[in-house]
Amino acid sequence: MKHLRSVNSKAKRVARAADPRNDVVALQGPPTPAAAPHIPLGCTLIFSPGWEADHNGGTAGLCTPVERDIFDCHEGCFWPAQVPDQLNHAPDWTAKCASAQKDWRKIDLVFP
Amino acid sequence: MSQLALREFHSFQAAGKDFVYLVPSAAVFELDDSSAAVINRLRAGNVSREDLARQLSALFPATEVDETISELLRVRAIGEIGVPEKKAPKVMPPENFPLTTMVLNVTNQCNLSCTYCYEYGEDKIVDTENGKKPKFMSEETARESVDFMLREAGANKVAHLTFFGGETLMNFPVLKSAMSYARQRAAETGKQVDFSLTTNATLLRPEIIEFLAENRVGVTISIDGPKEMQDQFRVFSNGKGSYDIVAPKIKELLKRHRSRPIGARVTLTSQTLDIRKIYKHLTEEIGFWDVGFAPVTTSPSTKYAIAESGFDAMLEQFRALAADFLEAALENRHHGFSNVKDTLEEIHKGVSKAYPCGAGLGLMGVSTDGDVALCHRFAGSDAHKLGTVRDGIDRLVQIGFLEKHHIDDKTDCSQCWARPLCSGGCYHEAHTRYGETARPNLHYCEWIRGWTDTCLKIYAELSVSNPKYLEQFDEKVDYEASPVS
Repeated sequence: MKHLRSVNSKAKRVARAADPRNDVVALQGPPTPAAAPHIPLGCTLIFSPGWEADHNGGTAGLCTPVERDIFDCHEGCFWPAQVPDQLNHAPDWTAKCASAQKDWRKIDLVFP
Repeated sequence: MSQLALREFHSFQAAGKDFVYLVPSAAVFELDDSSAAVINRLRAGNVSREDLARQLSALFPATEVDETISELLRVRAIGEIGVPEKKAPKVMPPENFPLTTMVLNVTNQCNLSCTYCYEYGEDKIVDTENGKKPKFMSEETARESVDFMLREAGANKVAHLTFFGGETLMNFPVLKSAMSYARQRAAETGKQVDFSLTTNATLLRPEIIEFLAENRVGVTISIDGPKEMQDQFRVFSNGKGSYDIVAPKIKELLKRHRSRPIGARVTLTSQTLDIRKIYKHLTEEIGFWDVGFAPVTTSPSTKYAIAESGFDAMLEQFRALAADFLEAALENRHHGFSNVKDTLEEIHKGVSKAYPCGAGLGLMGVSTDGDVALCHRFAGSDAHKLGTVRDGIDRLVQIGFLEKHHIDDKTDCSQCWARPLCSGGCYHEAHTRYGETARPNLHYCEWIRGWTDTCLKIYAELSVSNPKYLEQFDEKVDYEASPVS
């Protein structure tokens, strides 16, 4: 803060919280340009050594199985899966599927 | 293009500089020239960021204005129109909130008959004469209360036990035995108990004074000032004033009891409204370390009630004495006007209260039969009962009370800049005035705002001219001061 002097203890805390450098979860202001590339979990935009492990050697964030990955197929990132257009045509497509990992069988077919 | 507008704050000047008190965060910021200019411009009407920079370009470079706007936006002194304000959610206190202070009404009897008394006068809640409550607390109930206090203190290491009445010293034997029992139980449970009491001083005897001094009992004396003021309302049942009885006893107490500072607690009425004179008498002639003032709690119809114009007069007098306080604080001298000091401490920490006080939360009052009430002023009232010392706190009743009395539910307060500190004011005052504890005390809003403004100015002045003075408020974590009224 250059133009406001924090006078009481609360002001110091407010100033600290309002400092964009402390805004780690981007709750306060517009997103600051990310310093590092965003690496989505559960998808392989970068070279992947294969399906056995991700690029860090872990297995928890792999694309498979399908119930883990299904929403990424039409929202988060590109994946060549055929899913309905949930924005316009089939907004209720996943209405019965509260938790993908549990309820993915309840997702029905969509007819034009 | 989005327009900028002022958000909620109170602005004031001190030491020739501009300050803002932000609401509801309770943060105090000093403005430099550019931030003061931005706020001043926005006072005249809403304007876009670009226009603002252009309009102020003669005074400040555009980048500086832009930087200032960003800072003011971040601390929420200003905001963009159309962008909803980020309202803090209604946060309830955590469950099983630890009890910090228990006020034990060891008796509801009193040897004085003060005209304005909320326990005996026209405004009383509990029938203390013919009611079903015992007139004196038994040793057993006092012991059960101590157990209750230590149990409800939870993880707190220190519990505060305040003895209260009626006239506290009318039940000195129980006070004494409760203290020794509390010491013993505290040692067994690895806690500490801090003791204090409030008394009218009529029953102070050398051996009692000795006991209080030896045991480091904090003492607050209810006294209204010099003889003519004290004797106006603080009288015996035959109408005789109490000044000549209490003054020598208090002097004796002050001479012997040096282990803790001893304070006076003054009830102000329309007929005894001369604060400087009272203060001077109590500190210089009697020798009190500090003096706290509170206007009498009563319905507006009584002749001693402070009417609206009286609040203005009271504010003027508070301000005059506060000016003396500031003068002393600038020179690092002690000044015993405790109303200022208490408020400065709250401003320093930046408290933004969900509730006006700790009643029903960290502070509870226990009546002579062991019923637990919101605070000592409600002790014995069935309508304000939270449980008993034997069965503990009825959590559902407590949560219901806290839900209902939260500042977010006081619509009248929602536009007031003083709400972080006031939060609607005393439940007992509201009950006496309006018959409803949840009502904000609208009869003294102007007074609260005037007084808060005065204390903010003193705080800001000290932050510029003697910042070292404010460091004394840094590390204290004892949020629940002992009740004195």
